[in-house]
Amino acid sequence: MAFTAAPRPAKIELVKREEQRMAQTEQLVVDRREPDTGFGEERPIGDRLAREALKGQIAKLERELSGLVAQTFPHISPSDHEAELFSGPRLLSLGELERVRDRLALRVGEVQVEVRERSALEHRSRELLRRMKLEPGRYKFVRVPVADLGDGHCGVWEVRPRLGLIGMLAGWWQVKLSSGCP
Amino acid sequence: MSEGPVRGWCEREVQQELPGLGLMSVTVELPDGGSLTRGSSPAVRARLRELSNRWRGARAVNVRQEPIPAAYRVFFRQIGLDPDIARTPIEAAVLERMLDGGFLSEGLLADVLTIALIDTSVPVWALDATHVNGPLGIRVSRSKERLGRSPEGPSLGAGRLVVADADCPLAILFGQLGPGHEPSASTRRLTLFAVQVSGVPALHAEETLWACRSALAEDSA
Repeated sequence: MAFTAAPRPAKIELVKREEQRMAQTEQLVVDRREPDTGFGEERPIGDRLAREALKGQIAKLERELSGLVAQTFPHISPSDHEAELFSGPRLLSLGELERVRDRLALRVGEVQVEVRERSALEHRSRELLRRMKLEPGRYKFVRVPVADLGDGHCGVWEVRPRLGLIGMLAGWWQVKLSSGCP
Repeated sequence: MSEGPVRGWCEREVQQELPGLGLMSVTVELPDGGSLTRGSSPAVRARLRELSNRWRGARAVNVRQEPIPAAYRVFFRQIGLDPDIARTPIEAAVLERMLDGGFLSEGLLADVLTIALIDTSVPVWALDATHVNGPLGIRVSRSKERLGRSPEGPSLGAGRLVVADADCPLAILFGQLGPGHEPSASTRRLTLFAVQVSGVPALHAEETLWACRSALAEDSA
């Protein structure tokens, strides 16, 4: 099995390598034209090193994914519906390890995008709530779910008229938090 | 009670491919008269309640980042399992605790295994020792092999990682036990085994087996 640390044509490269912040030396490029060494055969040292490097990358990506999921719980699902499913625990071939690594790298990339989008949503919602509190009259009946602020699951901030119809006619508006929890 | 935990064997190609993977086992003799499936003693139930109080939502969310559970997650990925689908034993137990509102008592043996798992994060399984021939170890299944000694055991196919004795695979690694190898109410000798992966100190694997053994001994006394 030939492998090299330098990118070459007709080679499979690590997906979104910049996003995964991996060192150049950690990025394996495997020649798919050469068959995998099967188990039960003595593997060359290069093959073993390639497998170790791939497993190191999988470990690093898994830790990164776990960190992102725990940090943003419960807004981002850890499940990857496109992950390749193997039939139970087994020793993976070099190609399979590479596919696991690539899929995990892609998933980390997807989760990072979701985290950024989530963070932007929370920032926008906090800013809107701040303005609603300053000038409730300008944001009549505007609602901001607490979940969008990243503060919990239940409740909605809403600009409502004080004393109902009277407040609506008189222009008395206030921001209220309804619990919304079951 | 028999002697302390012993390190199991590991097939050469498995050892080369997954350094740090290991199995530790211990055989436990149980006194006559007690059943493994009977209800647990008040002491064991109290321990489950205490552990339930220790594991609340915030810790459950972060369990995947704790060193030992994280080591099992990484290992699962490396053997082709997605730990968010086929959960690691500790994460499965913690998820169940969250759904049930506590670690519920399910009989003496199940409770003892749960306590050991939650205490150390290292999973432990029990086999009926009368059907175990020789020391346990980890290897790859061969073609046409079945799980367990029973001819009704599911076919494994080649290349699966299994826990085996001298004759046949007795359990899929981190998976189901072979039919007929699960301890029953009348089991008098148990083989307990714990699976250690890279990043998990041997001390934890030994600890989980000692914890099971002493809990069974206390409960049977």
